[in-house]
Amino acid sequence: MNAPDNRDDSTVATVAGAGAGPVTRLTLPASADDLARLQLGGVVYLDGVIYTAREGVYKRVVEDGAPLPVDLPALSRVNFHCSPAAARDASGEYRVGGVTATASFRFAKWMRAWFALSSANIIIGKGGMRAQDYADYFVPAGAVYLTTVGYGSGALLGRGIVRVRDVFWADELGSAQALWVFEVADFGPFLVESDLAGNSLFELHSREVNTRIDALYAGLKAPAMRRFGETDNRQDELFQATEDGGD
Amino acid sequence: MISCDAIETAAHQIMHNAAIDIPEDYRRAVAGMAAREEGLSCFVLQTMLENYDAASADRRPMCADTGLPRYYVKVGNEARIEGGMVALEKALRVATARATRDIPLRPNRVHPLWRTDPNNNVGMFAPEIDWSFEPRADWLELTTVHKGGLFGTDYRMLFPGDGVDGIKRFLLDTLIAFGKRGLACQPAIVGVGLGGAKDACMTLGKQAACLRVVGDRHPDPKIAALELELKDLGNAIGMGPMGFAGRAMVADLHIEVGHTHTGGMPMSVHTFCLSSRRATVRICPGDAPQFQFQYRSDPQWFSDYMRREGIE
Repeated sequence: MNAPDNRDDSTVATVAGAGAGPVTRLTLPASADDLARLQLGGVVYLDGVIYTAREGVYKRVVEDGAPLPVDLPALSRVNFHCSPAAARDASGEYRVGGVTATASFRFAKWMRAWFALSSANIIIGKGGMRAQDYADYFVPAGAVYLTTVGYGSGALLGRGIVRVRDVFWADELGSAQALWVFEVADFGPFLVESDLAGNSLFELHSREVNTRIDALYAGLKAPAMRRFGETDNRQDELFQATEDGGD
Repeated sequence: MISCDAIETAAHQIMHNAAIDIPEDYRRAVAGMAAREEGLSCFVLQTMLENYDAASADRRPMCADTGLPRYYVKVGNEARIEGGMVALEKALRVATARATRDIPLRPNRVHPLWRTDPNNNVGMFAPEIDWSFEPRADWLELTTVHKGGLFGTDYRMLFPGDGVDGIKRFLLDTLIAFGKRGLACQPAIVGVGLGGAKDACMTLGKQAACLRVVGDRHPDPKIAALELELKDLGNAIGMGPMGFAGRAMVADLHIEVGHTHTGGMPMSVHTFCLSSRRATVRICPGDAPQFQFQYRSDPQWFSDYMRREGIE
């Protein structure tokens, strides 16, 4: 892996990345000061303990009121929206092949409640959430959003998983939806999508892309039959506001 | 005679090849785009190239969303399969379950309503098995494709008067809708299905995306020209990987056409992904393994026979 070899005792160090922002290594749990230093578009690698929780876990905890299976606030404050490709070997140890994020926008409605229950301050996933979700849920919780890179960098991320420390609810939810706890080192790269102020890298880039969209359609006649749809404005944000999961 | 053991062995092996080793044609395309992109788009593509190398070096899946693993089977007209086609299908199902545990693949397949997970990627109508045939051949070819399933595909009934403008608009709509924030995992090989019955239109577009390699052109020169025109249109959107500003949206674009209803021009769009996972094996009759299994990354799925017109 090409993780820059600039580890030092401070939790934050920076070097220039290829085409991206500064590279930061965070030792978990990350402090508010660590997170405050992250820049949109910067590259992040993690060392410490993280866990996975997605719709199966959110429903069970937030909607059904099941108690957390482990003291998450004490264990880890990093929630990775993913399911690993993992299998148990003969000795009962889990072997993790690749790790890839899943799209986070579907989980926005549970985030307020989840932050309150879990004290998470880093969410990792695919595609980010709406800028409004950052303002409503992330900023009050002092949390940032890190996005995986390219969305297919599963082998690089798989290398960063040192050990499967635990898996909860594998029987109840299936291995894809279970709550996995991983010890990670050199885990990344991730890009800072949302900072503590709720700014969004995706939104910045969407704005730039949007400036050219109308010109693409100029001169192309519309089809004879229209379709029903929620929007015909190609510049619109397509993630829909969803009901707050409540807290 | 081709034995079921041979089929299961080969079907299991191509699951490994697909999950772990990026096809060379697609890797070259990504490397070429990385050389032309700047800023974040360039960083993403370089990271993906490193990821391909890590997957091959470690023998681990390049992407943990190992998609919906499935098979495409081409049977030579003279091929003889021990136990017949039912035995062949069983071998593919067994191989899928074994590969899920051995590689490992993510057990993505769940019941659509109850969300129960058999944890082996096998279930009702799963894995999908598509069939085709080839005259004057005694071999059997298996291709597996691991493709994510949530984003990047759409279907629309256009009409003949909508013309190429209608095709371009729907392509732009689909690429922009799913390209935002990179949900389609672009740059991708894009498949466009035109014509056929509605289901055939979807199937042709899917196969065009997943079973034709970068650089391959349709044998009809006018369709080949349209492929290149639409590819350039996609790359002119101004969107790169992850929806960042850039130019790397379409690694290549393939069109497959089928004769269709006189009043309609159905169209489907499918985007493969940054982990364009496909692997093929030809199984020849006989016992010597070195002659029996011939592995490759180009499925060579669309033969002249498949695209035939007329009655023969």
